[in-house]
Amino acid sequence: MQPALELLIHWVRAHVSGDRRTWFDTTLTRLQGRDAADRALYIALGLTPRRLGKDDLKLDAEDLAAARAVRPGWDPSEWSLDQAARLAFLLTRFDGDEERFFRLMETLFRTADVGELVCFYRGLPLYPGQELYLRRAREGARTNMKPVFEAVAHRNPYPRERFDEAAWNQMVLKALFIESRLDPIQGLDARRNPELARMLVDYAHERWAAGRSVSPELWRCVGPYAQGRVLDDLARVLESSDPRERQAAALALFDCPDPRARALLAQIPELEADITRGTLTWSTLAAGID
Amino acid sequence: MYLDPHAHMVSRTTDDYERMAEAGIVAVIEPAFWIGQPRTHVGSYIDYLAWICGFERFRAGQFGIRHYCAVGLNAKEANDEELAEGVMEILPRFALKEGVVAIGEIGYDEQTDLEERYFRLQIELAKELELPIMIHTPHRDKKKGTRRTMDVLEEHGFDPSRVVIDHNNEETVAEVLDRGYFAGFSIYPHTKMDAPRMAEIVKSFGPERIIVDSACDWGISDPLALPRTAELMRRMGIPEEHIRKVTYENALEVYGKSGQICEEDWLAPPAIDQRTLYMGNTILRGGQKPRVERPERSEKAR
Repeated sequence: MQPALELLIHWVRAHVSGDRRTWFDTTLTRLQGRDAADRALYIALGLTPRRLGKDDLKLDAEDLAAARAVRPGWDPSEWSLDQAARLAFLLTRFDGDEERFFRLMETLFRTADVGELVCFYRGLPLYPGQELYLRRAREGARTNMKPVFEAVAHRNPYPRERFDEAAWNQMVLKALFIESRLDPIQGLDARRNPELARMLVDYAHERWAAGRSVSPELWRCVGPYAQGRVLDDLARVLESSDPRERQAAALALFDCPDPRARALLAQIPELEADITRGTLTWSTLAAGID
Repeated sequence: MYLDPHAHMVSRTTDDYERMAEAGIVAVIEPAFWIGQPRTHVGSYIDYLAWICGFERFRAGQFGIRHYCAVGLNAKEANDEELAEGVMEILPRFALKEGVVAIGEIGYDEQTDLEERYFRLQIELAKELELPIMIHTPHRDKKKGTRRTMDVLEEHGFDPSRVVIDHNNEETVAEVLDRGYFAGFSIYPHTKMDAPRMAEIVKSFGPERIIVDSACDWGISDPLALPRTAELMRRMGIPEEHIRKVTYENALEVYGKSGQICEEDWLAPPAIDQRTLYMGNTILRGGQKPRVERPERSEKAR
């Protein structure tokens, strides 16, 4: 059995007892049968939240480590019971034919409700034949439904592994656009690039011109490439009345190799000390934004 | 709190959602219907059903309104046999989506043979999936069509206490209630029912199994029909508990039989829904008194 599937089954079973447990086990067994029709799967997927409920799975550190061990980057820390069960039902239908499994997933994506979309996109790192899902993942990163977008973008290794630079940059910008957080995006720092920095600075200027603010997280992907007028921008953000904006500017300057960034940082020794001590990071900053 | 059990929200604007939430509407049910012009491929029907179960549900949640659906093949489009066959094939895939509270709206338009065939097939589907039914009664030849609808439901042995017969008027209500069905009234003044007549009906028939809805859609209709009608009933001295029944409780009772809608959905939603799907209603958060009019807005509009 696929190791990810084994874990999912284990987590669901640890969470349910009585009738719910019986329904899960019986359904799983029925779907494992080679001659089970797709219709049985559709019905099982539809019934899952009804029969099992939507509790948070509340996985502990050991569970999360086990997840990372079977699939690097897999982070089910925010998954719910029905999501785990639905993905167990899906993965149990995989018979070794990646193309066929992909076609089944496409059918399901096309007729999914919001809850299913979130679930299926969260499951992306677990599907066999990973390269087949690129177009689908990009579609998810294009949606305006925030929970669906976040199912692709947040706590999901798929985009960092598969998206080319253009797709990656669009996803990061889109996150800011729909007022989503950047910090839960895996590989955010590793995949910073000059083009993204330019797009983000342009976006900041667009917002400022309209008299609007930008998320302090924006500067995270700008820092390493800041020079010239972008350093002027950061100097300006450093003067902001919003403490989180000042913190963001400090963090961006800290990431910036330009000598002028060092000089600007020297003007704010307290923030620099917080960064050096590790009490101010991009994650602590993000945690303070609701 | 109001529950509008018949609202085609895909045709409505964000202003409507804001005003509905302000007026105290906590939940809406969106029945699948004709979209003003015929769909010509099953693919567009699939996308429509995915839309009302997907984006529209999300959109409503952003305004603090819980959104539910009824899915079905409507009578008008049942007359396109190729489309109808395709829709019947994919319908079971949507009938178990989250928040699907009924098969509907189904029934008759011109009372053709094809309409009857797909009506019967959908009654059987509702039986198989243990879902209530929402009935659309015809605009033309209404009295006969309504009677025929109930005759067919009874031929299939469908429990009337799981059926809402919608778009009633003074001519149909007595028989619908007598035969044990829930009777829906759409406050859609030009063609169906208006608020003063509605209040008179509640006065004479009492509040049991009577359901008021807006049926708001792409035509001239009012997404605030429910709170406005409730206000009028208050002014006419109809008791508050009767108003609550016809604008909230009765719909919750019958569609609650699907197991897909209950008060906890808006009063105490699951944590995962609060994080993703439902932003909370300002009225329930205690922030505002329900209101039907926003003077500064309506003045501008005039």
